[in-house]
Amino acid sequence: MQSAQKPFLRRFTTLVVTAGMVVVSTMASAADTIKVGILHSLSGTMAISETSLKDVALMTIEEINASGGLLGKKIEPVVVDPASNWPLFAEKARELIEKDKVAVTFGCWTSVSRKSVLPVFEEQNALLFYPVQYEGEECSRNVFYTGAAPNQQAIPAVEYLMSEDGGGARRFVLLGTDYVYPRTTNKILRAFLHSKKIADADIMETYTPFGHSDYQTIVSQIKKFAVGKRTAVISTINGDSNVPFYKELANQGVKAENLPVVAFSVGEEELRGIDTAPLVGHLAAWNYFMTVNTPENKAFIKKWRAYVKKNKLPGGDKRVTNDPMEATYIGIKMWAQAVRQAGTTNVDAVRQAMGYQSVKSPSGYEIVMDAKNHHLHKPVLIGEIRKDGQFDVVWHTKGPIRAQAWSPYLPDSARKVADWTYPWVCGNCTAPTYR
Amino acid sequence: MFTQLRDIQSNRAWAATLAAGLVILVGVPLLNQVVPAGSFLHLPDYLVILLGKFFCYAMVALAMDLIWGYTGILSLGHGVFFALGGYAMGMHLMRAMAGQGVYKSNLPDFMVFLDWKELPWYWLGFDHFWFALLMVVLVPALLALLIGFFSFRSRITGVYFSILTQAMTYAMMLLFFRNETGFGGNNGLTDFKHLLGFSLQEPTVKLGLCVVSGAALIGCFLLCRFITGSLLGRVLTAIRDAEGRVLFCGYRSIHYKLFVWVLSAVICAVAGALYVTQVGIINPSEMQPANSIEMAIWVAVGGRGTLVGALLGALVINGAKSWFTVSYPDLWLYFLGALFIATTLFLPQGIVGLGGVFKKWTTKTKESEDGTRSYVRLP
Amino acid sequence: MKSNKIILVLLLAAALLGLGRAASAQPGFDEAVNGLAGQSRSAIIDSLKALADLGDERALAAIRALEERRLLAAPDGRAIIVGTDDTLHYADTGEPFAGERDGLDAPVINNRVRRAIDRAEAVLQLVAKDPAQRLEAARAMAKAPRPEAAELLRAVLGRETVPAVRDALTLALALVDMNSGDQEVRVAAVTKVAGSGNPAFLPLLKELVRVDEAGRPVNGDARSVAAAKAGITAIERHVLLVRSAQNFFYGLSLGSVLLLAALGLAITFGLMGVINMAHGELLMVGAYATYLTQNFFHSHLPGLETWYLAAAVPVAFAAAGATGIAMERSVIRFLYGRPLETLLATWGISLLLIQTVRLLFGAQNVEVANPAWLAGGTEPVAGLLLTYNRVAIIGFVVLTVAFVWYLLNRTSLGLKVRAVTQNRAMAASMGIRTGRVDMWTFGLGSGIAGLGGVALSQIGNVGPELGQGYIVDSFMVVVLGGVGKIAGTIFGAMGLGVVNKLLEPHTGAVLGKIVMLALIILVIQRRPQGLFAPRGRVA
Repeated sequence: MQSAQKPFLRRFTTLVVTAGMVVVSTMASAADTIKVGILHSLSGTMAISETSLKDVALMTIEEINASGGLLGKKIEPVVVDPASNWPLFAEKARELIEKDKVAVTFGCWTSVSRKSVLPVFEEQNALLFYPVQYEGEECSRNVFYTGAAPNQQAIPAVEYLMSEDGGGARRFVLLGTDYVYPRTTNKILRAFLHSKKIADADIMETYTPFGHSDYQTIVSQIKKFAVGKRTAVISTINGDSNVPFYKELANQGVKAENLPVVAFSVGEEELRGIDTAPLVGHLAAWNYFMTVNTPENKAFIKKWRAYVKKNKLPGGDKRVTNDPMEATYIGIKMWAQAVRQAGTTNVDAVRQAMGYQSVKSPSGYEIVMDAKNHHLHKPVLIGEIRKDGQFDVVWHTKGPIRAQAWSPYLPDSARKVADWTYPWVCGNCTAPTYR
Repeated sequence: MFTQLRDIQSNRAWAATLAAGLVILVGVPLLNQVVPAGSFLHLPDYLVILLGKFFCYAMVALAMDLIWGYTGILSLGHGVFFALGGYAMGMHLMRAMAGQGVYKSNLPDFMVFLDWKELPWYWLGFDHFWFALLMVVLVPALLALLIGFFSFRSRITGVYFSILTQAMTYAMMLLFFRNETGFGGNNGLTDFKHLLGFSLQEPTVKLGLCVVSGAALIGCFLLCRFITGSLLGRVLTAIRDAEGRVLFCGYRSIHYKLFVWVLSAVICAVAGALYVTQVGIINPSEMQPANSIEMAIWVAVGGRGTLVGALLGALVINGAKSWFTVSYPDLWLYFLGALFIATTLFLPQGIVGLGGVFKKWTTKTKESEDGTRSYVRLP
Repeated sequence: MKSNKIILVLLLAAALLGLGRAASAQPGFDEAVNGLAGQSRSAIIDSLKALADLGDERALAAIRALEERRLLAAPDGRAIIVGTDDTLHYADTGEPFAGERDGLDAPVINNRVRRAIDRAEAVLQLVAKDPAQRLEAARAMAKAPRPEAAELLRAVLGRETVPAVRDALTLALALVDMNSGDQEVRVAAVTKVAGSGNPAFLPLLKELVRVDEAGRPVNGDARSVAAAKAGITAIERHVLLVRSAQNFFYGLSLGSVLLLAALGLAITFGLMGVINMAHGELLMVGAYATYLTQNFFHSHLPGLETWYLAAAVPVAFAAAGATGIAMERSVIRFLYGRPLETLLATWGISLLLIQTVRLLFGAQNVEVANPAWLAGGTEPVAGLLLTYNRVAIIGFVVLTVAFVWYLLNRTSLGLKVRAVTQNRAMAASMGIRTGRVDMWTFGLGSGIAGLGGVALSQIGNVGPELGQGYIVDSFMVVVLGGVGKIAGTIFGAMGLGVVNKLLEPHTGAVLGKIVMLALIILVIQRRPQGLFAPRGRVA
C-alpha cells in the first residue's frame, strides 16, 4: 500500500511540472521586432481555404522586411493554428494579444470565427484585419474589413444577371449552405429583388447542411423550377460542397447559357478541385480575379509564384491567387503604411491613420480605406468561368464602390449608421454620440 | 485495480487533493492578482482563462471516466450533454443582455435577423438565472435518461451503444446547425455581456469564474471518489467486467447503469455551462462527433478507471494542444497522433500507468524474471 | 490547307442544297464574319444574327472558333481563326494570317453571346449534310418557340427525309404554330406539343388554357384548349411517374456511394472488430491514388488519358491495401481483443495520415477530372435523367460487392477469414496462421476502402478532409446493417440511400438527414444487433 501511494504523488508532481513548463514557455522575451499575429486555420475543415491566406500574409511581410522593414524594425509574424475550432480562435486571439503582444492580427475566414474573436479584440483594444467577403451587419472599432460587404458583391451580381447583357433573369434560386452569411445575403437579396418587382413566387430559397455532398435532388428541383422563365441561381454554397454541386450541375446537363449560376464563394482556389470544362459560363462575383490584366496584378502573381517556388509550398506552380488573398495583401500593405504614417504601432494611432489610406491594388484600382466604416472601397468584377479554371471578367463597376456595413434593404439595419469619425464615433447607432 | 481504489481514499490522497484545492482556490488568484505583472511567477490573464477552460475539460474527463472507465460503457456522444449545458447557460446570458445586442431589440440578434417577433416557448424562463441552472441539469439529464433507458433496456452494449450515441450527437449537431431551430444556427450564441450583473469582460470576473470552475472540479472529483469508493462503485466495476454475473447475483444492472449514465451527463453539462461563461461562445460544432471522441481520448491517455488519470489526461492533452498549435502549427497533429498511438501501444493504462512501467524498469532485476506486469489489463 | 478544304466542302454543300441564298461570298457575309471579332458584345450578337439570316454554312467554322475562344481580332478589325493545328487564317477569305500572334485578343464572350451562338449554330446546322448534326440542330430548335425561324423550318422540313429529324422539326414548327391564325394548324400544333410529353412545355400549354375572370379562355379556341388540357394531364401524370423513378434512382446512387464508403469498414470493423477511425483516411488514400494515376497518365500516357480511371482501380486498391497492412502490422495487431483501444490508436493514425497528405499535397483540394465517358447523362424517358457517373457508380458497386463475395466465399483466403472470425482459437489449432490472415483481411478491407475512394473522387472533393465526411455515415451503415454481415451492410446502405432521397423532397436536405439519424437510433433500439443480426449466441 505504501508503495502504491508514491506513484500518485509522483503523478501529481508531473502535473505541477507540466503546468510550470507551460508558464515558462510563455515567458517570451520581447525582441526588437514588431510582432504581428496570423490567425488562420491550418488544420480542420477550413484549412482548405485559409492556408493560402497564411502563405500570402507571410509573403507580404517578407516583402516589407526586404524593403527595410517598418520603423527601422523587422516584422515578425506569429503564426498560430486555431484548427477550425471557433472557441480556439478566441483563445488563440487572446494569447496573441496578451502573450505575444502583437501589434495587429490578420486572420479569420468564417463569420463565426470572427464573431468568436470579436469580444476579445474589443476588450483588449487590439486590431484585426478581416480579409473575406461577409454578410455585413457589423462594424467594430477594432476591425478593418478588407473583404467585400454584400453591396460590393451580391447586389451588383444580381443587377448584372437582370440586365440584358447578363441574360435578363426574372426568376431566382437562392441556394446556400445553412449559416449566417448565406442567410443574410439571401435576405438582403430577397428585399432587393422585391424592390425590382420580382414576386416571391419567382424566388426559391434552399439551404443545405455543411459538407453536403449529394446535390441530385436539389439540382433536379432547380431544373423544374426554372421551366418557363429566365432563371438564374445565386449560390452561397460554402467551399467544400461546391465541387459536388458543380459536378452534379454538369452531369445533369445544366448549361450556363440557359441557367447561369453565380457564386459568391467560388474563386480560383475552389475551382482547382474541379474539371471546369462543363462549367464554362457560370459566374462568380468578386473584387479581384487572377486574370485581371494590370501591371500590378502581374507583379503580384509573379511575387506569389516566386514565393511558392522558394518555399516549396505544396501545389507548386498550380497555386493560384484569389480575392481573399488580394484582400490580405492590401490589408497588410495598408497597415504598414498607416504605421509609417503614425510613426508607432500604437493601436489608437494606427487606427486613426488607417482612414483614407490608399493602396494601388492588384485589381488595378486605387483602393481606399473608408475612415468612417472601416471597410474598403472596392470595385466589383463579374467573371465567367473559363475552361482552364480561371475567369473572364465580363462586367465591372466603373470604379470602387463604398461598402454599406448596414444594409439599406433590411428594415432593422436600414436606419443604422457606422461612422467612427466625429461626431458619430460609433459602429452601430442611429444618432451621433457627440452633438 | 483495488489498490488504486483504496489508494485514492488514503490520507495521502486526501492531502494531495487538499493541496490541489489550495493551489486552485488560493494560489491562482494570488499569482494573478497580487504578484506584480513583471514577475516570473505572475499568472497572466489569458492563462487564467485557459486554466478555467482546462478545469471544465477535466470535469468532462471525470464524467467520461465514470461511465467508461468504471462502468465500461463508451459514450461517443458526451459532446451533446456538454453543449446542452452550455446552451442552457448561453440562453440565460443572451437573455441577460436583451436590448443590448446589435439591433437593440428585446430578442437575441439572430431572432431579429430571422424576423421572429417573439421568443419561442423554449426560451421562456431563461431570464432567470435559477431557471437556467435548473435547465443546465434537467435537460441533459432527461435526454440521457431517455436514451439510456431505452438503450439499456434493449441491452444495447459495447460498440452498438457507442455508435448510437454518435448518431445522437451527429443528429443534434445538424439540428442545432439549422437556423430555424432557434439557437442561432452555425454561429450559435455569442457576444455575451454580463452574468448576474458582473461584466464578463472584467479580468477579475474571469478569475472568479476560473476559481468557480476549479471548485466545481474539486467537488466533482470528491463526488466521483465517493461513488467509486462505495459499494455502488464496486457494482459498476463488476458490470464493466462481467455484466452477466452481476445480473445473476440479483442486481438490476440497468438501474446502476442508468444512474451513473445520467450523473455523467449532468457533470458534463455543468462543465459545459461553466465553459460557456469563460469562452464566450457556444455553437453546434461542440457536438461534432470528433469532439466527443476526443473526450474519450483524454480519459484513455490519462488512464481509464482511475480518476487521477482522467484529470491528468484532460490537462495534458489540452495543454499540449494549446502549446503545439502555437509552437508547431504545421506539425502538432503529428505529435497528437503519435501520442495516441504510443499510449495505446505502450501505456495501456495511460499516463498513470507510467509509474508502474517506471517502477518495473527501476526494479528490473527483481521483477523481470517472472515477467509479471504491475498493472491490470482492462477489457 | 485543311480549313480551306472544309470551306470548299461547305461551299459545295451549300450549292448542292440550293438554299436560294447566295452561295458565293457576299459583302454581307464578310462584314458579318468579321463582326464576330467586334469590340462590343452587342456587335458580336448582331453579327451572329446576320450570319444566321444569311444561312451561309461557312460561318460555322468562325462561330465555333468564337465559342472556343479561337477567334482573334486582327489589328485591322478582321477576324482570325486559330486552327486546330495552331495556324492562323482569316475567317472571311481563308487566307493565312502572316502577322504576329502575340497581342491579338480573343473577344470576351458571355452567356448572352453563347445563347446567340447556339441559336445561330442551330439554324446553320439545319442544312448540314450529316443527319446527326441536323438532328442536334432540330432538337435545339424544338426547345422553345422560334417564330423568326418558322420559314426556314418549313423549308427544311419539306426536304427532310430522316424520320427522327422530321419529328423534331415538326415539333419545333408546332411550337411556333401554336399561335397560328389558322384554327386547323393551331389545333394540330397544340396536339403535337401536348403529345411530346415534355414537361418543359407545361407553361406554354398552361398559358393556352388560362381563363380570364369570366372563365373564358384568354387564348385559343375551345378545340385547342381541350387538346392542351389533355396534354397537361398526360404530362403531369408522366412527370409524377418520372419523378418517383428519378428519386428512386437518386436513392440507389446515394446508397451505392454509402455502400462503397462503408464496405471496407464492414470488413475491418464488421468482421475483425477493429473500430477503425482511420477508415475515412483509407478512402482518402484511394482518392489521392486516383489523382496520382491521373497525373501519371496526363504526363506519360496522354493518349490514354480518358481511361486512367480503369488503371486507378487497382492502383487505389493496392495503395490503400498497403497502407492498411502497414497499419495492421505496426499498430493494430497488438490491440486485438481490445476493440475500444483500437479506436484510440486508429484515431491517432488518422490524424497522422491527414497531416501527411496535407503536407505532401497541400491543404487545398486537388483536381480529379471526370473522364469524358463519365460526363453527362442519358435520358431513356423524357424527364428521367440518368447521369453516367451515377450509373457507373452503381455498376462499380455491384462489381465490388461481387468481388468481395467471391473472395470471401470462393477462395481459400476467404475460407480462412471466415474461420478466424468465427472461432479464432479453433482456426489456429487447425493450423491456420491467424496473424497472417488478420493481416490480409485488414489489407483487403482497406483495399476495398481504396476502391471507395476511387468512386468518391468522381463525385466530390479530393482533399485531406475527404475521409472525415464519410466516417460517421460509414459506421452508421455498418451498425444499421448488423456488424459482421456483409449482406446487412448492403441492405443498410441501400435502405438509407433510398429512404433519404424519398424524404428529401418533402423535408429538405437538413431535416431529411436528421430524420434519417433518428430512424437509425430507433432501429438500433428495436434491433440492438442491427437489421441483419446473426441469430443465436454468436452476436
